[in-house]
Amino acid sequence: MGIVTPGFQGRPRSGAPNLPPGQYLTPDFPVLSAGPTPKVPRETWEFVISTETGMEYRWSWDEMMALPQETPTVDIHCVTRWSKLGTTWQGVSLDALLDGIDTAADYALAHSYGDYSTNLPLDDLRDGQAWLVHTYDGDDLPAEHGGPARLLVPHLYFWKSAKWVRGIRLMVEDNPGFWETAGYHDYGDPWREQRYQGD
Amino acid sequence: MTALPYVDGNMLDGPLGEVFAVDLSTATGRCAHCGTASPVAGLRVYSHAPGLVARCPVCTEVILRLVRAPDRVWLDLRGATFLQFPMPPE
Repeated sequence: MGIVTPGFQGRPRSGAPNLPPGQYLTPDFPVLSAGPTPKVPRETWEFVISTETGMEYRWSWDEMMALPQETPTVDIHCVTRWSKLGTTWQGVSLDALLDGIDTAADYALAHSYGDYSTNLPLDDLRDGQAWLVHTYDGDDLPAEHGGPARLLVPHLYFWKSAKWVRGIRLMVEDNPGFWETAGYHDYGDPWREQRYQGD
Repeated sequence: MTALPYVDGNMLDGPLGEVFAVDLSTATGRCAHCGTASPVAGLRVYSHAPGLVARCPVCTEVILRLVRAPDRVWLDLRGATFLQFPMPPE
């Protein structure tokens, strides 16, 4: 009588090789939100980067749109376990926004219209890893998905890609954001399955 | 602000029942932001999120957050100045 012995395989993995552990593929684009959807007219929209010395750098909608535009196609991974592959966006690289800003900060706190915030190491916003995006799949980014503009940091769980982003505070010390103060991981690497504190 | 779908605080009975030994369906919470005291059942709960976010029905500020990991739960009550529970007379 044969006995099937699957052997030690480590953590259970999802079926597809390009999915991080514990994720499943969805063709949909689920809407997740911790509160009401803010209505932000482009006429009054602004994006502000503030430094640890109190310097502020502001962009109006038109000024942001005049910056070089990129069209990243990336996979996104939500901590609630859905992943969506090959999503196409348009926006401005954070490298372009951070270019010329003098800072000694190691950390960033993205904050949004509404009361959302999320923290990341500043290095994770550099080197072509993060964008301020205003277009999804060829259309204006819908408000329920964070329009008029959201952060896109696809190498981390999607709660780091703050919807309705209004600005980024550059900080010398790490300050946890909305979900990070309620049990979620400070960094949130989906490939290391860093969902909760201590993972 | 436009409203996204949320449900009333009655849905918190099960998740909070894991944490509290008392029945929360008849509890009252006071919003730390605007001072309104509301039945827990009257809070606006955003559940399509990585955790549960219960907001004041008057000012929409966060009163309570609950995050459930497989082996742990986090309860953040910084948005509430109190929770009041009816108790049987001593």
